[in-house]
Amino acid sequence: MQKRVKFGVGIGVIVAAMAALAWLGYGESKTYYHTIAELQTLQGAARSHRLRVGGTVEPGSIRRLSGRVDFVLQGEGKSLPVSYVGSDPLPDTFVDNSQALVEGSLARNGSFVAEQVQAKCASKYEAAPSAAPPSGSADAASGSAQRSTM
Amino acid sequence: MDVFGSFALLLAFVCAVYALLGGIAAIRTRHPLLVKSARQAGLATCGLIFVATGSLVYLFFSDSYWVAYVVAHSNRDLSTFYKVAALWSGQEGSLLFWSFLLAIYVFSVLIAYRNKNGELMPYVGVVLAGVQIFFLTLNNFVASPFKVLATPGANGALDIFTRADGNGLNPLLQYPEMVIHPPNLYSGYTGFTIPFAFALGALLARYPGEKWIHLTRKWTMVAWCFQTVGILLGAHWAYAVLGWGGYWGWDPVENASLLPWLTGTAFLHSVMMQEKRGMMKVWNVWLVILTFMLCITGTMLTRSGVVSSVHAFAQSSIGNWFLGFLALIFVVCFAAYLKNRDYLKSENQLDSMISRESSFLFNNLILLVSCVAVLSGTLFPVFSEWLSGSRISVGKPFFDKVNIPLGLILLFLTGVGPLLAWRKTSAESLKRNFGWPLLTGLAAGAVLFVLGVREFYSVVCLILCVFVTATISMEFFRGARVIRTRSGASYLSSAVDLTMRNTRRYGGYIVHMGMVLIFVGLAGAAFNLDVQKEMQVGSSMQIGRYNLLLQSMDSKPEKNYTAQRMIVEVMRDGRPMMMLYPERRFFPANQESGTMVAIYSTLREDLYVVYAGQSPENEAPVIHAYLNPLVKWIWLGGVVVVLGTIVTLLPNRRAVLALSGAQQPAVAHPLAQSLAPSVTLREGHD
Repeated sequence: MQKRVKFGVGIGVIVAAMAALAWLGYGESKTYYHTIAELQTLQGAARSHRLRVGGTVEPGSIRRLSGRVDFVLQGEGKSLPVSYVGSDPLPDTFVDNSQALVEGSLARNGSFVAEQVQAKCASKYEAAPSAAPPSGSADAASGSAQRSTM
Repeated sequence: MDVFGSFALLLAFVCAVYALLGGIAAIRTRHPLLVKSARQAGLATCGLIFVATGSLVYLFFSDSYWVAYVVAHSNRDLSTFYKVAALWSGQEGSLLFWSFLLAIYVFSVLIAYRNKNGELMPYVGVVLAGVQIFFLTLNNFVASPFKVLATPGANGALDIFTRADGNGLNPLLQYPEMVIHPPNLYSGYTGFTIPFAFALGALLARYPGEKWIHLTRKWTMVAWCFQTVGILLGAHWAYAVLGWGGYWGWDPVENASLLPWLTGTAFLHSVMMQEKRGMMKVWNVWLVILTFMLCITGTMLTRSGVVSSVHAFAQSSIGNWFLGFLALIFVVCFAAYLKNRDYLKSENQLDSMISRESSFLFNNLILLVSCVAVLSGTLFPVFSEWLSGSRISVGKPFFDKVNIPLGLILLFLTGVGPLLAWRKTSAESLKRNFGWPLLTGLAAGAVLFVLGVREFYSVVCLILCVFVTATISMEFFRGARVIRTRSGASYLSSAVDLTMRNTRRYGGYIVHMGMVLIFVGLAGAAFNLDVQKEMQVGSSMQIGRYNLLLQSMDSKPEKNYTAQRMIVEVMRDGRPMMMLYPERRFFPANQESGTMVAIYSTLREDLYVVYAGQSPENEAPVIHAYLNPLVKWIWLGGVVVVLGTIVTLLPNRRAVLALSGAQQPAVAHPLAQSLAPSVTLREGHD
C-alpha cells in the first residue's frame, strides 16, 4: 500500500506542477477571437484582452505610412480601421479583398492596433467556372507575418 | 481515366464491405472458405485502391484539365516531380492517399500472415476492413478526387469541358521536402492502424498472451519511424520554406502530427512492461487505441479546418464524418473491452520506485501529460466556445511552459531508465551506472557556466544531453569490452558486434542517442538572434559575427515562376566567406509568390537569410536575417533515429564474434562464444 502512496504522490506532484505551468502559460498567451460586430459591443475588461479578428480587406483601403500600415477590415456589414505596427513585411497574400486575420489590441479610439497580420487570397478558385471545389482549405494557402507566435 | 478511377474506388468500397461482413460471418461460422474469401476481398480492396491512385497520378501526368482536382492543383509547366506531389496537395487527393498507404500496409499484413495465426487474423482483417470502409466512403461519396468540370448545357444536360491549363500547385508546396514529408507523415498515421487492428482483434478474439505485441512490434516501429521522420521533415520544411526563422510554431496541424507520436512513443515503451512482466495490459490496449484515434484526429484537424476555422479560414463539413468515425471507434473498443476485460488481468505489481517498471511508468505519464497539454491547447478554441461562449486560443507560451520541463524530465529518464533493473535496483548498481555520467554532466554544466551560458532550460538540457550520452556510451563500452576480451577485436568492431547481438536493446540506445542530438538542437533555440533591415544595393548589415553585404539584385525567369534574387556577400569577422542568394519567386499560374530562404548551416549555427519583401514605406528590399545556433543537430538527430530504428528491426545475430575477416580469429574460444551472450545481457536487457 505504501508503494502506491509513493507513486501517487510522485504522479500528483508532476501533474500539479504541469497544471500550474499550463495555467501561467494560458494567462500569458490567451487570445480572444471576435467578429468585427462583436468587437463594437465589448465592454470593460474585455476591451483590454489580447484579441484576434478576422475580416475582408476593404478594396483601396490599404495605406502604407511611415512605421505602420493602415487598412480597413470588413465583415458582417461592419468595418474596423486597423493599424499594423509590426516590423515584419506583410505577407504577399495581403491585398485588396483578401481574407485577413489580425492579432493585437483595441486602441482607445476604437481602432485596432495589430501586431500580426495573416492573410489568405479569398478567391483563389473563384475564377474557375463552377464545379471546382471551394476548398484547398487548410492547405497552407495562407501567408503570415510573424508566424512564430501563432 | 477518371471514370476508370472512380469505378475502381467504388468497387474497392464494395470489396471492403464484403471483407467486413464476410469476415464477421467467417468468425461466426468458422468456415475456412469464408475466411479465405474475406481475406481475398481484403486483398482485392487494396488492389483496387492501387488502381484508383494510379489513375489519378495518370490524370496529373496527362494534364487532364477536365478533372477538378487536377485543375486545382497542377498546371502544364509544373515539373514532373511536383506533379506527383500534387496528388496529396489537396483534400480529395490526401484522403485517397491515406487509403492508398493504408492499402499498402493492409496488403502486406494480409500476405505476410496469410497462413499464420489463424485464430487472430480474421478478427484483424475485419478491423482493417472497417477502417478502410470509412476512408473509402470519404473517397467515394464525400470528397471524390475524380469529379469533372461541367456546366449545365442546353436542355439541362451537363457538358464536360476542359480548361486550357490548371491553377497550379501552391508555391509553398513546390519544394523537395513537400514531396517526401506528407508520405512520411501519412505512413506514420496509417501505420498505427496495424497495431490498433491487432490489439482490437486480440481483444475481440481473446487471443492468448502477449502475442499480438510480438506480432506488431515491427509494424509499430515502422509506423513510429515514419511519424518521427514526417514530423522532422515538416519542421524542416517550415524552417526552409516559410521563412520565419523557426521550425516549430505549435500550429494546430503541427500539433496534430505530434499527438500520435507522443502516445505511440509511450506505447513502444510500455509494451515492454507487458512483455517482460505481464503488467499494464489494459493500459497498452487503450494506449494503442488512443494512438490510432489521435491519428484519425490528426487527419481530421489537417483536413477539416476545425481548428483553423478559428483563424477564420475555410471550413469543410468533412470534420463531422471524422467525429462520427472517432465515436464509432470508441464505442466498439469500449464494448470489446467491457466484454473481454477479464482476459487483461495484470500478472505483477510494481515493486519499487527505483526500477525499470517505474521508469516506464513515469515515461508514460510524462508523454501522456504532454499529449493532454498539446491536445487541449490545440482544441482550446473549440472547448472554450462550448464552455464560455467566447473563442479563446492559446499560443506558444502555453505550449512551451508545459512541454519544455516535460521534455527535460523525459530526457533524464532516457538516460536513467534503460540502466535500472527490473523490479528493484540496488544503491550499489546506481552508483556504478550513474556515478561517472553524472559527474561528466555536471562538469559540462560548469564549463557552460564559465563560458557565460545562463539560459536555465538550455543549460539543464545540455547537461542532461551530456549525461545521457555518457550513460549510453558506457553501455556500449562495457558490452564491447566484454566481447573484446574474448575475441580480441577492436573496440569499434566489438561494439558493432554487440549491437548486432541484441539489436533491439542497442538499436534502442541509438534511437535514444538521436533524441539526445535533437534535444541539443532544441536547446540552441534560446540563443536565436534576428535582425531586420531595409537594404540598398551596396549597404550592409551585421548579425552576430557575420556581416551581410547586398551586392546586387537580379531577376531570372524560370519555367514555372520568376525569381527575384538578392546577391549577398557574407563576411565573418571581416573576412569574405561566401555568397548567399535569397529569392522571392512569383508563380504566374496562381498569382502567388513564395520565398526561397538562403541558409548557411554549420554544426555551430545556421545563418538564415530571408528576402522578406519590400518595405511598406519606400519599397526598398528588406532582409530579415536570423542566427540560429545548433539547429543542424536536430536534422542529424533525425538521421540517427532512423538508423537506430533500422537496427532495432534487424534480427539478432547470435554468437558470431568476429565482424570481418580482417579481425582476429575468434573461433579459438568455443567456451567464450557460448558464454558471451549471457555475459553481455546483464540485468535488465532491452
